[in-house]
Amino acid sequence: MSDDLFEPYDDHEHTGREREKHGEHEGDGERHEDTDADTRTGPGNGADGTRERDVPGESGGGTDGPGDGTGPGDGPDRAAGPGHSARTPPPRASVEETGQPLPAPAPTPEPEPLMLEHRVLKSLLGAWALAACAPEETAAVEEHLGECGACADEALRLRDAVGLLQRPESLDLDPGLRTRVLETCLKRRPPRIPVPDWASAYDAETARLDALLQDFGDTEWHAPVRLRWYEADEATTRRTTVAGVIAHLLAVDGLVAAALGLPDPLGGLAPEQATPSARTEAFWRGAHCPPTRSVRAPWRAQTHDLVRTVSFTGSSAGRMPVSYGGYELPLHDAMLDRAFECWVHGEDIAEAVDYPYEPPTGRHLHGMVDLAARMLPAVLEARRQAGQEVSTERRLVAAGAPGRSLRLEIEGSGGGEWLIPLDSPAAKGSAEHEVAHIALDGSEFCRLAAGHVSPQEAAAGQVGDKAAIRDVLLAAASMSRI
Amino acid sequence: MTQRDVPPRWDRKMQQRLARGEAAALGELYDRFASLVHGLAHRVLGDEDAADTVTREVFAHVWEHPDTYDPQQEPLRTWIAVLTHGLAVERLRAVGTAALARGGAGSAEDLEHQVRHASVAARADYIVHAMPVPLRTALELAYFQRRDYQQTAADLGVTEDEARRRLRLGLQLLATAHDTEAPGAPPGIGGAA
Repeated sequence: MSDDLFEPYDDHEHTGREREKHGEHEGDGERHEDTDADTRTGPGNGADGTRERDVPGESGGGTDGPGDGTGPGDGPDRAAGPGHSARTPPPRASVEETGQPLPAPAPTPEPEPLMLEHRVLKSLLGAWALAACAPEETAAVEEHLGECGACADEALRLRDAVGLLQRPESLDLDPGLRTRVLETCLKRRPPRIPVPDWASAYDAETARLDALLQDFGDTEWHAPVRLRWYEADEATTRRTTVAGVIAHLLAVDGLVAAALGLPDPLGGLAPEQATPSARTEAFWRGAHCPPTRSVRAPWRAQTHDLVRTVSFTGSSAGRMPVSYGGYELPLHDAMLDRAFECWVHGEDIAEAVDYPYEPPTGRHLHGMVDLAARMLPAVLEARRQAGQEVSTERRLVAAGAPGRSLRLEIEGSGGGEWLIPLDSPAAKGSAEHEVAHIALDGSEFCRLAAGHVSPQEAAAGQVGDKAAIRDVLLAAASMSRI
Repeated sequence: MTQRDVPPRWDRKMQQRLARGEAAALGELYDRFASLVHGLAHRVLGDEDAADTVTREVFAHVWEHPDTYDPQQEPLRTWIAVLTHGLAVERLRAVGTAALARGGAGSAEDLEHQVRHASVAARADYIVHAMPVPLRTALELAYFQRRDYQQTAADLGVTEDEARRRLRLGLQLLATAHDTEAPGAPPGIGGAA
């Protein structure tokens, strides 16, 4: 790595003089807020426009511009060189002394001389280098630099360092990069303890949501979010904030954590009835103040713990039941369900703060649609028992026998076809007994199942038994919850 | 979430988990360091695709050779930053050399200049990233928000003396990006302030 070291070299005088010419237009060490900032930027920091502000002392003769990597302070021998005094930041009058064209008249009058002791002047060097001093102080510092070699050396070094300040690179990493990087790694060295396939959607979706949260300031964390779902076939909403949504995800993911023997994030707040909504409300109520950005770390830690723990439980554990209060899901379906919720709420959050948010990858979307399609027959049955189903005709079908079916055709990435048995969860979907066919886009179907579009408005191509179609669409929407 | 406050225990456990071949650990490693790695690589290479490639190489290296990291020596973050820096500079030089061989514009000297410059810029980024938060905040206020040091002091609720101290110390740390004493190592952490 020694070859990338920065060493003193000799061609800097040339670049230094080139840059002087730019510098001449800038007058002295006053702040410049004007638009000619661009002309000041050196080869190193101008290209990306990150250099925002003028630095004092650039106008004088022989000073290297910051950012071009040729500044003083990069080699002990430089200080002793013949150019030493020339590289000292000049006092304010130096432009005139160079005999070069004068800058436009300075807008501010010459400040009254200020007498400051050495200790104070030295302490001002950082602020001076950043052009963050009062004009009198700037003048006093620059006066002092002509007399004090130690301070002049440090001033140069610090002023050069200012040129290295750059706005951080955008933190918006392509979310797809994570998948690509991990795939490359795992191909080169197959893992001894892989993340189970059924947990990969959760792993990816939580990472995607976390990346979205990365740059959020307080404004975003407290942005209002309207959660939407269907209850008793009615669209229902609940207002919360971005932080409240993350608290909700933390509380409901906690069901899976509990099933795996991990600590419950609700602790003593956990309600008797462990439904997702009861847990969420208990968590929101129990907190002393509304959720803030501080909820991110525990949420993310729990998502990591879940992925890690399910990796160790082995493939047989995928069947382990996870209680959702009123019902259970096998662990692998619960992880898919949580991935689905994470995406849906990620979209809620993105919408609230006006950020773009893509649907999951086709492979993961397919798993989520498949989960919903597999759950539909049981949901239909529950609705039937509750008297919510209107479909007139119902036949008794022996368990495992083919029954009346609806063909669910999902288009787009992650799509496929599912035959939904309509008569009983025990019946087998059958192409021969197909009575209806609906076709819709994968993410549209997921929005329906999330309660984000109404069954009436879902953009679905429909053929066949209207009542059956209505039942299935309503059933899909009824799967949604807070 | 500042990464500096993570105890070294995390580094040790992470290394053990990687060595064990735990894919979930690799995911966590990525989640913690991807923006650092990609940011540094991008600062050196100035190109999104090239930064993606270096990011892939860095994580592949860590995953394939977790034992080459010694938690006693340095924080995992530093080790990964040094690794990234090295791979990115190597790539910049390789691409530049190939372009020269094809008869591209510029000289070998220009290329070395470019490599050195990119190297210093990346080191500076890392130093800013790793410096104590109070120093970084003061620099950001004074430079990006254009606050003078009195305003900076008021914004931070510290004395003007302290604001001046932070600005000076922050720049002193940053200036070490030019230093050659520690070959390739991003200085500025491990008690530098």
